[in-house]
Amino acid sequence: MGILLDENSRILVQGITGREGSFHARAGMAYGTNVVAGVTPGRGGQMFEETVPVFNSVEEAVAETGANVSLIFVPPPFAPDAIVEAADAGMPLIACITEGVPVQDMARVARYLERKPEVRLIGPNCPGMINPGARCKVGIMPGNIHMPGRVGVVSRSGTLTYEAVGQLTNLGIGQSSCVGIGGDPIIGTSFTEILRLYNEDPETDLIVFIGEIGGTMEQEAAAYIKESVTKPVCTLIVGATAPPGKRMGHAGAIITGDSARAEAKIAAMRDAGAHIIPTPADIGATAQAVLAGMG
Amino acid sequence: MKLHEYQAKEIFARYGIEVPRGIVANTPEEAAQATREMGGQAVVKAQVHAGGRGQGGGIKVVRSPEEAEEVARGFIGRNLVTRQTDAQGVPINSVLVEELADIKQELYVALTIDRGFRGPVMIASAAGGMDIEEVAATNPENIHTEPIEPVLGLMPYQARRVVSRLGLEAGPARPAVQALNALYRIFTENDCSLVEINPLIVTGDDRVVALDAKLDVEDDSMFRHGDLRELRDRSQEDALEARASDMEIAYVNLEGSVGCLVNGAGLAMATLDVTNAAGAAPANFLDVGGGADDEKVASAVSIILSDPKVDRVLINVFGGILRCDIAARGIVLAFERMNSNLPLIVRMLGTNVDEGKEILAASPLNVTFADTLTEAAEAVRRAA
Repeated sequence: MGILLDENSRILVQGITGREGSFHARAGMAYGTNVVAGVTPGRGGQMFEETVPVFNSVEEAVAETGANVSLIFVPPPFAPDAIVEAADAGMPLIACITEGVPVQDMARVARYLERKPEVRLIGPNCPGMINPGARCKVGIMPGNIHMPGRVGVVSRSGTLTYEAVGQLTNLGIGQSSCVGIGGDPIIGTSFTEILRLYNEDPETDLIVFIGEIGGTMEQEAAAYIKESVTKPVCTLIVGATAPPGKRMGHAGAIITGDSARAEAKIAAMRDAGAHIIPTPADIGATAQAVLAGMG
Repeated sequence: MKLHEYQAKEIFARYGIEVPRGIVANTPEEAAQATREMGGQAVVKAQVHAGGRGQGGGIKVVRSPEEAEEVARGFIGRNLVTRQTDAQGVPINSVLVEELADIKQELYVALTIDRGFRGPVMIASAAGGMDIEEVAATNPENIHTEPIEPVLGLMPYQARRVVSRLGLEAGPARPAVQALNALYRIFTENDCSLVEINPLIVTGDDRVVALDAKLDVEDDSMFRHGDLRELRDRSQEDALEARASDMEIAYVNLEGSVGCLVNGAGLAMATLDVTNAAGAAPANFLDVGGGADDEKVASAVSIILSDPKVDRVLINVFGGILRCDIAARGIVLAFERMNSNLPLIVRMLGTNVDEGKEILAASPLNVTFADTLTEAAEAVRRAA
C-alpha cells in the first residue's frame, strides 16, 4: 500500500526530452518505475530510451497509454501551463518538480484546481514522492536510500527528506511512502492532506513530519494531528536559526511574523502530542524510540 | 527585489496614482536647486532600501535651499541606520526632494500574497503614517483585510468597501477608488510580493496622494520583467549576498564564524540548526542548488572564504544531481584560488561519494570527514 503511488501507477513525464526530465525519467525507470509516456510539444512520435513513446500533448498521451500520474520538469515560465494541461486531461495525480514558478501564477492555478477535486497536485518546487514497496519513484530523490517499510515521511524539502530517509534506513526502519510537498508559498497539497492519507493507510504505523519556518501550514497540521491523527507523529521543524525577513532558499521559508517562527510551530506540535525531534541529527533515533515504545 | 521610493513613485505615476512633485538629487547642490524649484521649502528623503526611515532620521523638512543642501550633505555618502537595518546601516546615494504636502488625513494601504488564502489581499487602515505592525498588535480592529480572487481581480465593490472602511466619503472617495484599482494593477502586472503606501494622504483640497511608496518585486518573476531588473541597486544589498544572487546561489549572511555550504534549502537550514545546537554559530546560509557544476561550487565556496568572520567551513552535500566528485573538485579549486588553509569539515553522501572523498583526501586541504550530522557538528565544534 503506502500512499499516492502503487503497482498500478503509470507515469507520464512532461518535459521528458529536457536535461532534467530525461535524467530523472531514466533514473525512475532504473528504479523500477513504470514510465509509460513522455510529453514534449513538437516532439511527438519520438521514442525515449527506445521504449517510451513521446507525445505532443498530455491528452494524447493519456488516451494512448492510460497514464495516471504526471511528473513535470518544465521551466518556470511554462510550468503553470503544464500543470493545467495535465489537470484538464484528467490526470488524477500531478507532481511538479519545477522551482521558481512565480507565486501569482500559482495563485491562479491553485484557484483553478479547486474546481477539480479529482486532481491532486504535489508541489511545485518539490522532490516528488516515492513508494519503495511498489518500486515506484515519481521525483528526483535517490532511490537507493529507501527501503520498504511502515514509516510514512512527509516534508517540504528535498535533500532534508533524503537525510531523514537515510537516517531511518541506516537503523533498518523502512518507509511506506515519502512525499515532499514543496517549498513554495502556494503549493498544491498541504501537510494536513498528506497526514490524512497516512492516517488512513493501513500499512503506515508512524509518521515522520518535517516542517520549516514560514507560513502557518505546520500549525494547521498540528491542529489536524490533535483532532484526527491516531498514529504517532515524530516532528522536526528546521530554521530556528534563521533571521527574520530573509528568504532561506525556499521561496516560502521566510519569517514574516511570530507564527512563522520555528518556536511557534514546535509549540503547536508539542501541544498536539507529537514527538518532537530535538535536532536534525535525531530523526532516525526518535522514530526508533517511538516504534520501540509501540511494541 | 526592492525598489527605491523614487523608482516606485515613477511606476505609481505611470499607473495614475498621484504622487507629490519631486526631484532626485545626487549631490547637496542638486538638493538645494531642487528645493528652489519647489518654492524654497521641501521634504528631503534619504533613498535607501529600508523601512523605518522617519524614526531613523532619514526624512527631514527643510525651509530653505541652504538648509536642504546642509541636510543632503549629512545624508549623501553616509549610512542610514533604522530598526530594519543592521548596526552598520545602508548607504544613502541619493535623496528625493519633494514638495510639502497639505495633509488632512493619513491612511495605510498595501497588497501582498496571503499564504493561507492562497492569493492577494489588500490591507487598509485609517491609521496611516504609523508602523502598521504596531497597529496590528494594539488595534487590530483598525485594520481591514480584503481578499481578492486572483482570477477576477479587485472587483469594484471591493474597492468601494475598502474606501468606506477607511472612512472616506464624498470628495476623496472617488480618487481613492481609482488609486486602489491602480495599485492592484501595479501589484499584478509587476509581479509584486508587496506594494505599500504609508501614508496615502487626503489633502486639504480632497486629492488622494501617495506620500510614500514601497514596492518589492518577486524574485522568481524577474524572467519576465527585464525593465524592472535595471532598477536594482546593488549598493543596498549585502555585498556577499549580491554576489551570490548573481550566480543564482541562495545565500544569507549571518553573524557566526562557521561557513556552511549545503545543497538543498531544507538540509541547509537543518545544518545551521545542528551547528547551532553544537554550540557553534553559522556565518551564513548557503544552498548551492541541485544542478551545480564544479565552477558553481567553487564560486559558492569562494563567497564563504571571502567572508572575514569565517574561521572554519562545513560542507554538507547529499549527492544526487550534484555529484560528490564534482562538489569535491569545486571545493579544492576554491581553496586553492583563495589560498586558504581554514579547517574544512566535510560530510558527503550519495552519488560518487568515494571519488569525492578521494579528491579531498589527496588535496593539501586541512579536511576532516564526518559520516553523520552529529559527527559533523562535533567536528565543527572541535575545529574552533
